[in-house]
Amino acid sequence: MNRQIRRLGVAMLVLYGVLFAWLNVVQVLRADHYNKDPRNTRAVVRDFGRPRGQIISGDDPGVVLARSKDVGSHFGRARLYPEHDLFGHITGSYSFTFGSDGVEKSYNTDLTGRGPARSIKHLVDLLRDQETTDDVVLTVRKSVQQVAKAALGNRRGSVVAIDPRDGSILAMWSFPSYDPETVSQLDQNAARDRRNALLANPANPLLARSYRETFFPGSTFKVVTATAGLASGKVTPAQPVYPNLRELDLPDTKETLANFGNESCGGALFDVLRVSCNTSFGQMGLDIGGDALVSTAHGFGFGSVPPLDLPQATASTIADAGFFAHNRPLLAFTAIGQTTVRATPLQMALVAAAVANGGSVMAPHVMKEVHDVEGDVIRRFRPEVWTTAMSPEEASLLRDAMVGVVTNGTAGRLAVPGVPTAGKTGTAQIGNGSSHAWIMGFAPANAPRVAVAVIVENQRGASEATGGRVAAPIGRAVLEAALAVTK
Amino acid sequence: MNARRTTELGLIVLGAVITAGLYTLATLGRTASLPANLVPFLVAIVALLVAAHVATRRLAPNADPTLLPLAALLNGIGYVFIARINQDLAALQATWTLVGVGAYVATLAVVRRVRDLEQYRYTFMLIGIGLLLLPLVPVLGRTINGARIWVSFGPLNFQPGEFAKIALGVFFASYLVERRELLGVAARRIGPISLPELRHFGPVLLAWGVSVVVMVSERDLGSSLLFFALFIVLLWVATERASYLAVGGVLFMAGALFAIASFQHVADRVSVWFDPWSVADSKGFQVVQATFALAWGGIAGTGPGLGSPGRIPAATTDFIYAAIGEELGLLGAAAVLMAFLLMAGAGFRIATRAERPFETLLATGLTTILAVQAFIIMGGVTRLVPLTGVTLPFVSYGGSSLVANYVLLALLVRMSSGDMTTEAAEAIDETTLRAA
Repeated sequence: MNRQIRRLGVAMLVLYGVLFAWLNVVQVLRADHYNKDPRNTRAVVRDFGRPRGQIISGDDPGVVLARSKDVGSHFGRARLYPEHDLFGHITGSYSFTFGSDGVEKSYNTDLTGRGPARSIKHLVDLLRDQETTDDVVLTVRKSVQQVAKAALGNRRGSVVAIDPRDGSILAMWSFPSYDPETVSQLDQNAARDRRNALLANPANPLLARSYRETFFPGSTFKVVTATAGLASGKVTPAQPVYPNLRELDLPDTKETLANFGNESCGGALFDVLRVSCNTSFGQMGLDIGGDALVSTAHGFGFGSVPPLDLPQATASTIADAGFFAHNRPLLAFTAIGQTTVRATPLQMALVAAAVANGGSVMAPHVMKEVHDVEGDVIRRFRPEVWTTAMSPEEASLLRDAMVGVVTNGTAGRLAVPGVPTAGKTGTAQIGNGSSHAWIMGFAPANAPRVAVAVIVENQRGASEATGGRVAAPIGRAVLEAALAVTK
Repeated sequence: MNARRTTELGLIVLGAVITAGLYTLATLGRTASLPANLVPFLVAIVALLVAAHVATRRLAPNADPTLLPLAALLNGIGYVFIARINQDLAALQATWTLVGVGAYVATLAVVRRVRDLEQYRYTFMLIGIGLLLLPLVPVLGRTINGARIWVSFGPLNFQPGEFAKIALGVFFASYLVERRELLGVAARRIGPISLPELRHFGPVLLAWGVSVVVMVSERDLGSSLLFFALFIVLLWVATERASYLAVGGVLFMAGALFAIASFQHVADRVSVWFDPWSVADSKGFQVVQATFALAWGGIAGTGPGLGSPGRIPAATTDFIYAAIGEELGLLGAAAVLMAFLLMAGAGFRIATRAERPFETLLATGLTTILAVQAFIIMGGVTRLVPLTGVTLPFVSYGGSSLVANYVLLALLVRMSSGDMTTEAAEAIDETTLRAA
């Protein structure tokens, strides 16, 4: 019997040996695969239990926008947002149940101290307490963001201010916003109730309208059309001189394209941009054709998701070039920013920034640098060109044209006192006699440091003056505030 | 001083220190403060284990010095994880540990010569089958988590199957010792395989039948597999005929295929074993969560108290091995595996050194029960084999399991020490009388 028992012992040894080998497979070889499985929430739990770095504004000194506080809960640390709704759409929230959004999501590895630069600078950290985190410093200024919020007030809309030279976002505000603290609270039931209430709100405060929602850009899009005209060679500052018309006859249809208030206008490029003449730009669109207009719009970033360092940025859209071959009337309407073209407020700020920066659109971003706990910079955002919209010569011409719109046209209220300012108004008709009021522009016109775009949604009335009357003062206030803090 | 007993005492103290260290770390990890009851906890486990050691020293002075410390270590690790997951269960488990150690001492005191058990083989058979079928009795039986393996007496639930396996182990060993010559005679040869007479297959078929009944009527796949493996292994060791292994293997395959084809819950287990990922939110949930836990543990584990074993269903009972794998990592999981392997080694050593065939077979049987049961559940949790729910001996939460395994341990310890001397027996009787 002893021989059998010895064999039995060997059999057990083999069985247990196989089990040990298999444990190595599960716990070591395939561990990474299992740890990354989306159904495995352990990574979320780990980050939730760990300390988390701060999010700090770009002001000098920086203002804390998000920080963690150990409240003695076994469940995790409380995430506090001292500025409440002011930066809700930028910092995002950090919820155990609903995940994270905004900077909390896109810079999670830095905030948890596992960022790419960390291991290189702090090899010694491997031997130390691993619970060190990094702080993310933003380009967004509280001083500018506050002005944007106050100027827009309780009107639905968005304000985006950007440094055209490097793509730094200085302010990005949408109303309504939300307080991330309420949906990030540790009491999961309270957080759920708060989130459900926000979801049920018809104004949708959770939606970052500035970079996740598109609108008809209206006449602000005429800058794109003008760029296409200049690039095609069919339009110069002198030629053509568009005839004075009340309405433009459209091909293939009995419909016409009319000017606001049935006024009569016409002239060369600078004049028609100054008064925002619909009939002239409709004709310009028809003259240069769908291919040229669409490819120029793509050059500004339309049709692509901007490389914004926040989750779920939305692409601005325009119809395909081929579409206009059979829909020529819509080409005229698209040339004035209606029907087939939709833009985010961020995109229109980038259009202004493109003109301001000699035609190059810098990748928009909210991160300036990542600091370690000692305050040393361990990573900086490296500015890069996202897309090229036009040549420096074309940009120079358009800048002069846009200065004219402010000094002697529809955007007079954008003028920053003592600073040469360039701008373009827009009034995007949305039916029912309502419109979105737009302004975009930049300053100083001769050496631009700030580009801005503002939309105020659903304004009564639909005259070209709406954009200049409603949106331009907001744009001016934001330009002033941003110029005060940029060099 | 007895050198073996001194070794045992040293190992026991080591086990107690490891347990107390783990308990401290787990509490620190969970609440960031030292356990309030650390000193009483340490005193209690040391006192309990030293009592078991003193009893062993007195009742079985020549016993193997590793079995009791290994069981105590597993019991301690199990307790730490139960306490870390569910404080209420921990208090109950502590009570059951006390009862278990009591049962260990009592078994050592009562069973002075293991060969005496041989006389009661049919009693053990009846007890074994009776216990096994007890959950099927209306009113008494309870179905918990789909398996009808529980019996309720008022507020007390217990799993009679845990004790049935010991009773049947005793019966199988004594029955086979008597019949081994007969069963070992080759009646006919078919090619290289020599087969005994057909009528001698009766007991094999009976064991197989009991296994099938357990599986079908109680839905207890793990115990069914365990009983069958036990009987076939003992038959093979007793008769020294490999043909029984072959026949057993064929019967096992037939039973398994029949069960897969006929019973949805068996088929589910197998399909989940092949692919738990497509049903990760339903039938595969347990196994998927266990895999996540093990993977998250990696080599060194998250540290006691720092993992999320609460996410694994049944983390205190059948799936406790996944909780250990998460918080103690591959190292901790391998240590538990090694502890069972060492116990199996000690058990088989006792079997080969036993003086009588009955003791050899009984030690083999009891060791097989322990080692196979541990393998079934560790392999099931890690998805090496299809999951069949049984407890991890000494580690899982559960009174029946813990007490039964301490009785099993006492029998192995008794056999390793040899029969109690007459003087020792008389001395104990005298003490007992005086106490009474």
